[in-house]
Parts: sequence; C-alpha cells; structure tokens
Amino acid sequence: MTERFMVTQTPVRIDSRTEETEGVVTLRFDWEAPASPGQFIMVWIPGVDEIPMSLSYLGDHKGITVKNVGEATKALTSLQVGDMMIVRGPYGRGYHVPKGKILVVGGGTGMASLLPAMERIPAVDVHTAIGARNEKELLFEERSKKTSSVVRVSTDDGSKGFHGNAVQLAKEMMSSAKYDLVLGCGPEKMLFFLHKLCQENGIPCQMSLERYMKCGGGLCGSCAMDGKRVCREGPVFSGNELKEMKEFGKQRRDECGGRLKL
Amino acid sequence: MENPTMLASGIMGETGGSLLAMAKGGAGALVTKSIGSVPRQGHKNPTLVELEFGYMNAMGLPNPGIEAFGEEMYEASKAGIPIVGSVFGSSAEEFASLARKMQGYGAEALELNLSCPHAKGYGMEMGVDPDVVAGIIKEVKAAVVIPVFAKLTPNTHKLIEVAKAAEDAGADAIVAINTLKAMKIDVDARMPVLSNRYGGLSGPAVRGVGVRCVYELFEALKIPVIGVGGVEDWRSALEYIMAGAVAVQIGSGVGRVGTQVFGDVCSGISAYMAENGFRDITQLVGVAHD
Repeated sequence: MTERFMVTQTPVRIDSRTEETEGVVTLRFDWEAPASPGQFIMVWIPGVDEIPMSLSYLGDHKGITVKNVGEATKALTSLQVGDMMIVRGPYGRGYHVPKGKILVVGGGTGMASLLPAMERIPAVDVHTAIGARNEKELLFEERSKKTSSVVRVSTDDGSKGFHGNAVQLAKEMMSSAKYDLVLGCGPEKMLFFLHKLCQENGIPCQMSLERYMKCGGGLCGSCAMDGKRVCREGPVFSGNELKEMKEFGKQRRDECGGRLKL
Repeated sequence: MENPTMLASGIMGETGGSLLAMAKGGAGALVTKSIGSVPRQGHKNPTLVELEFGYMNAMGLPNPGIEAFGEEMYEASKAGIPIVGSVFGSSAEEFASLARKMQGYGAEALELNLSCPHAKGYGMEMGVDPDVVAGIIKEVKAAVVIPVFAKLTPNTHKLIEVAKAAEDAGADAIVAINTLKAMKIDVDARMPVLSNRYGGLSGPAVRGVGVRCVYELFEALKIPVIGVGGVEDWRSALEYIMAGAVAVQIGSGVGRVGTQVFGDVCSGISAYMAENGFRDITQLVGVAHD
C-alpha cells in the first residue's frame, strides 16, 4: 500500500431517511467519493461522537444504515432530512468478488455492508440467506430479491422462514447447491460458525468484521486483531486470513485496549 | 538494533500483535504505546483529523494499564527486536513504579513521555519544566538498570534547557520531537473537530521543526538524540541523521505510507550509502554540522 491518503472531513446533507425496521434507519446523501463494496466511513455528529459505519449504498448517492444501539447511533438515527453530518473516508479493504456462484449470509444489520457487493454481481449467481431474531427485525429482504435468484430467511423464533439461525440455514443451502464463494457479515459469533462451516465444506469465504475503532485511519491500533488493523487490512478478511487470526470469534478489546472475551 | 528505524510511540503499539506487525514491516526497534498505572479510555472521538501534510490527533493516552500490558509485552517479545517501553505518569514516583514494571516485562529501554500535548496533568504539562523533568529522570534512573530515554516536546522555548536538565539527571538519550500542539476547526460545524479541542500535529508538516530541534540538541548535548517527526522515506530519515540523530522513529508514516515504511527507509539509506561511499551509518550522524 503505497498510495498517499488525503481524506478530509466532508459535510453531507441527508436527503432521504427510511425506517427499515424498528430502530434501524437508512440515511442517504450525495457524496461523490469513490468507494467499493464493504468499505466504511467515519461519521461525525458534531458535539456527540464519531463512529465507523459501513456504506449500504454506493455511487454518488451514498447511504448508511444505522441501528440504534448507543449514544452515537441514537443521534444518527434521530437525524432528519435536511440535517448535516460530517464524513471522512471511505476506508478499509472491502469484498473482492470474483465470477462464480455466490452465497451471501447476512445477520442482524450485516446485509447493509453486503448489498453493495451483491449489486455488482449478476442476480442469477447470487443466493442469499438473511438471519434475524424475529420477523420484525428482518432487514433488506425486498432489496436482496432484486440482486439474488434465491432469497431465504431464518428467524431465531421461527416467526418467518427457516426456524433457526443463519448459519444453520446456510448449511442447508450448501447441501442443495454448490457455491464458489461465501460472503458474510453479521454478529461475530455467527461469522465464526459460518467460517467453520465454509472450512469444513472447502468453500472460500470473505467476512466483514467489527472492532472498537478510534482513528479509523490505520494509525492508533485500537482495532487491531492479531496485528491486523480492521480499519486498514480489513474490515473484510478472507477465510484463510481468518483461520490464522487467533482473536477471531474469541476476543475483542475495550476502549482502553484491554482484552475482553467475546 | 539492526537498523536505525524505530516505531514511534502511539502508533500500533497498544497490543502485542500490532507490535509484531510493525517488526514485520522492518523496524529495528519498537516503542510501545505510552502506558499508565491504570486503564484509560482516552478522549472521545473524533480523535483524528487527516490533513494534506500530516495528521492531527488527540487520542488522550488510551491504554490498558501497566498490569494488563504484561501480556502484550510477552507477545511483542516474540519479534526478537528491542522493545522500548513508553510510560507516562503524574509524578516522579509514578514514573519510577511504571518503569520498574516495564523492565520486569523485558523492555530493553524506557521512553518517558514528557511531551504529550493533549492529556491534562500528564506529558507536556510536566515536560516543559527542567526541574520537574530532572526529578523524574533521577527517580527512574534509581529504579531501573535499562537505558532511559526522555521524549521531549517542541512546544516550549526551553527545549534545550529541559534536555540539558535531563542529561544532567542521567538520561541516556533524548527523543525529539513529540507532536506540535494544534487545532482544527470545521467551518460547517463551526467548532473544533477534535473532541478534546486541542491535539498534536504530526507528519511531514512538522518535519522542519523536528530537524531543527535535533540539530540544536546535537550541538548542546553529549548524549545521543533520536529524531522523530515526519519521517516517511529515506531522504527524510537522512535529514534527521545528518542533523545529529543516531536513529529515527516513524509514526505517521505507518498510516501515510504503510507498515513497510521501515524497510523502505532502510533500503533507501543503504543505497544512498553505497552510492556515496559510506560504510557505516555513524559516518553520517551530524554531518550537516560545520
């Protein structure tokens, strides 16, 4: 990586706001910065906080999809059309999607990061498994149908689709179709077992990870996993890379850099 | 040290794994993140501003605390190159107690953070007073046997006075410079970007200040000087060495160039030396002086 980075804060104005599910909001804004699927941006809400967010829409009319889980995301999900936020990036290494038959597995808000990748692949080659706790929390099912020839959903409580989790559903889908690649994004516990499943079946995979992040620009090391910066070498890692990462699925770090069990 | 490049404190130095990654990038030695007595979260985001010629940051000394850091030091030691333990405290006694623990963890030298410009009660707030600096160094020197480096701030007109006080108190080397106290205001938000308001400027933007400080320190001191500030290629490293630095530290360059920056700098220096008939890097230290 020898390119010089020059990524400054840019103010963007929200021109559309969509409530996807309860507590999950998509904000769209015009911003011409070049970005690839799986990359993220740092979003600053002046006076509140600055947090990393995956891009859920690429192109000139970009978007982020935010789940209200804390102070910063509460402020973000409260923003209305016409409000401003300040962004920098995009950062990180996204998905590298070759030709072939692809299984996409998204849990929680994971589909937000995966959809821009899916939208670059011909629909006939994509099968999608979306996992949620229940029917109400199911995210981006309709949008996924536009880019996938098969969309299946799983819910933990059985309120819709497959009764179980997204990895169990993926396992079932793998038994009836042959995939060249699996893309995954979601809670790390899900990714850990999805990775295991892919390894067992000899299917290459790429997964997008999340860690507490301070600078976002590859300097501070707060997001480092086994020495790899989630903000620079990630957030998307290949199955082979994940195999070598001892912290994957096992350990994260707090704001001080202390070790926490996952 | 096998080569004159070191990882600067504050960059990728919080975990054993990230320190190992920097060793892979070719660093000759690694300086840890500055560690304090207890876990500390640091400042809230935004903590970083990216600029055309560098960065401005106000991390606020986040660190897991000295007790938890033993595990990271153990992992980092697998790199097989010297680890310099950076510590910060609010009193000479606190510095000494942290230093003792770092030595116990296997640090081959200590770097005292007397220069962070954005943490209240620490760093630069102590490092601009020659008597305070001398007191801290005496206490630390009495507590450990490994070499003690004092990392100093350029945010004072008394840099030479402070450095001489450190030398007289027994410091084994001076590390200069830390970041320049700075501010970035966002005109759309109409407020400072950094949550701490003030931060420290680093990268090529401060190189001219760093080289000048090293040049002055080389003339004033007998102990070695280690240069830091905007090194990101062999030319900028040689500027520091010719100004009088025996080694250089690289921080912002890790973000701007990549982790391979250390190796790149070293091969560039080697090529320069071969081309110009130098056999030992020490032949170049301070050559810019009359």
